[in-house]
Amino acid sequence: MLDRRRVLLGMAGVAMAPWVAATSHHSGLRIGLTPVFLDDQAAFLSRWRDYLQRRTGLEIQFVQRSSYREILEQVVSRDLDLAWLCGFPYVQERERLRLMATPLFQGKPEYHSYLLAHHTHRANGIEGLAGGVMAYSDPNSFSGYLYPRSQLQQAGLSSDSYFRRSFFTWSHRRVVEAVAVGLADAGAVAGYVWETMARLYPELVSHTRVIHRSRAYGFPPFVSRADLDGRLFDTVQQVFLEMRRDPDGAALLEQLNLDGFIPAEPEMYSSIAAMVEQVRGG
Amino acid sequence: MFRDLSFRYKIPLRATLLVLITAFMLTAAIVTREYEQMRSDIFDNAESLGQVLARTLITPIQHDDLWRAFEIINIPAQSASPSSLAADLLMVVDDQQRVVVSSRPLEHPVSTPLSELGAIYAALADEIGRVGLYASQSVELSESGFFHLLMPIVSDGVSLGVLVIEYPKSIYKPRFYSIVSRAVVVTLLVLAILLPLSWYWGRRMAEPLVQLSDCMGMIGERIPDTTECRLYQSRDEIGQAGEQLRRMLHALGEKQALEQQIIASERLAAIGRITAGIAHEINNPLGGMLNTISTWKRHGQPEHLAEKTLPLLERGLLQIKETVAALLVEARVQSHPLTDADLQDIHTLLQPHIHNKRLHMHWEGSLQRAVALPSTQVRQVLMNLLLNAVQAADEGSGVLCTTELKDGCLLIRVENRGEPIPAEKQAQLFEPFVSGNPQGHGLGLWVTYQLVQQMRGDIYVNSLPSGETVFMVCIPIGEQEK
Repeated sequence: MLDRRRVLLGMAGVAMAPWVAATSHHSGLRIGLTPVFLDDQAAFLSRWRDYLQRRTGLEIQFVQRSSYREILEQVVSRDLDLAWLCGFPYVQERERLRLMATPLFQGKPEYHSYLLAHHTHRANGIEGLAGGVMAYSDPNSFSGYLYPRSQLQQAGLSSDSYFRRSFFTWSHRRVVEAVAVGLADAGAVAGYVWETMARLYPELVSHTRVIHRSRAYGFPPFVSRADLDGRLFDTVQQVFLEMRRDPDGAALLEQLNLDGFIPAEPEMYSSIAAMVEQVRGG
Repeated sequence: MFRDLSFRYKIPLRATLLVLITAFMLTAAIVTREYEQMRSDIFDNAESLGQVLARTLITPIQHDDLWRAFEIINIPAQSASPSSLAADLLMVVDDQQRVVVSSRPLEHPVSTPLSELGAIYAALADEIGRVGLYASQSVELSESGFFHLLMPIVSDGVSLGVLVIEYPKSIYKPRFYSIVSRAVVVTLLVLAILLPLSWYWGRRMAEPLVQLSDCMGMIGERIPDTTECRLYQSRDEIGQAGEQLRRMLHALGEKQALEQQIIASERLAAIGRITAGIAHEINNPLGGMLNTISTWKRHGQPEHLAEKTLPLLERGLLQIKETVAALLVEARVQSHPLTDADLQDIHTLLQPHIHNKRLHMHWEGSLQRAVALPSTQVRQVLMNLLLNAVQAADEGSGVLCTTELKDGCLLIRVENRGEPIPAEKQAQLFEPFVSGNPQGHGLGLWVTYQLVQQMRGDIYVNSLPSGETVFMVCIPIGEQEK
């Protein structure tokens, strides 16, 4: 699993290749990426990195790992300066992180958790999936794990007994693929990823069907380690916020299927935090 | 059909057949060999693929990473191009023979027992359960269109499951067809080169034979000169045959020249004999008449002598006239078609002669209808032959006469027993003035011969030393108007 990530990392750009296990004492900016978006487009990542370098005047390094947990740990341990994380890991470690920017998806800093089923499956909600095979994206994903788990919990069910089998694909994208090919009967996925894939891969996505949409939750934010230099924080935040105002940034946003970035506020994630409490309490 | 073909075509056709047989045998041999090679290739390929995959699958299975496992087995299943030795299906099965993951997840859902996936997989489940796999094993279930490779997934001596790789038995087909089609193309190319060559060689080989046969075909009425035949010069068998033919032609030519010489001299001899006969026949009465005239002169021409002399002269002149008339066979005598009554007349006319010699006459055959043959001539022929037979027959013996219509011919056969005709005489029998009878003038058979010839018929004689003499006449019917 690690190997695959490394290969992608290598493909992302020569500058990233000679990556050394680093400390925070470096001149550049190290940004951790998670599969909250379609993070496997190497050419796109290369263009985005170049853009950020140009705009910040800093040497940017994108770091990708196979799970949310690894990225989260690296930010917390100050190996990474910035990370694009899911709201769920953020609320778990919010004391040691600082919110920087939240993407705007369809004009709002929000997204939904989708429950997908194979297009031939008859279920019309999580109730119809008993005895099926369930695909989750990541144990630290809100939309891809926490939300459906809380749904089950509210119904007084447990994932292990309700489904015949469940597994993690470690990415939203692969949840969609697993449901599309029929490996899983159903899957939990970030609505944003599913919508973006529907635009890019309509054929694949047509084999899946959304059987449940959650209410809106805060979109996965960019966070920095808490002790990142204030001026640096402001510079980088400004670059994100202004991205939609220049053509290059707008083109990148277009490819991300996003409308722009706005400053992220902790209140945006309070409903996720409440759900974490609820699941832990239950 | 083929037997009658010229060697010009036979030889190239045989060469073509040989080329085709060779191409067919070679193709068959190559295809068989390739089939075996392909089989072992597939198994080797499956074996090495299985080993790599089984090792790669350990971590995803241990980590419960179904998607990763799916990706691993899906790559070889996806890479199917029509000519490759690609697997049709890959599947990981756990120790309870339940599907862990399959490259066709919709058909083989996760965690489904193998036994619920149809007869083939139930049989495979039995096979896996029976053996307790620790080494790869290939399974060829006769009732299915697939063969399977079972590869155990083992980590540190513990079995995690079995990787099943399924190949359709028809996997050979594209390769098989490509080999056969290539063989066909090569064969056609070889034929395209060899056929004109073999036709050329075949014609070259056949040419001397054809020349030989053409030359032999010229031999008929005329013997061709050796310079007229183009013959192949060589020391091989055909060359030797040509040389022999040339010698034969030379000998035949000499023989023909000799025969022509003999015929010419025989004709001259015959003319000599005929002339002598005519001279003799005319001379005899002339001598008598001259004597009579000389007597009449010597006696001073008295009246009574004149009365005696003139009849004498008349008889002599009549004799000469008869002789000459016999020699000039009347060719065109108007006569009615031959009927049975004409034959009966002959029979009646002969009766006195038969009685005189106390012979038995056997008369066979009768005509049911009138036959388009001139009756006068046929009557004379039959009369002449029967009179001869009666004369030659021994006293008290029998004479046989048969007449019949056969193969468009009037066939007359006259047979008697008596003094045989010597062989040397038989050759001259139909010439005039040749007679076996001292009293006859020897014109009877000659006249008969002339009449038969006029009617475009044939006459044969066969006289055996035992005394049986047979004359056969065959007169074709319907040839007379020409």
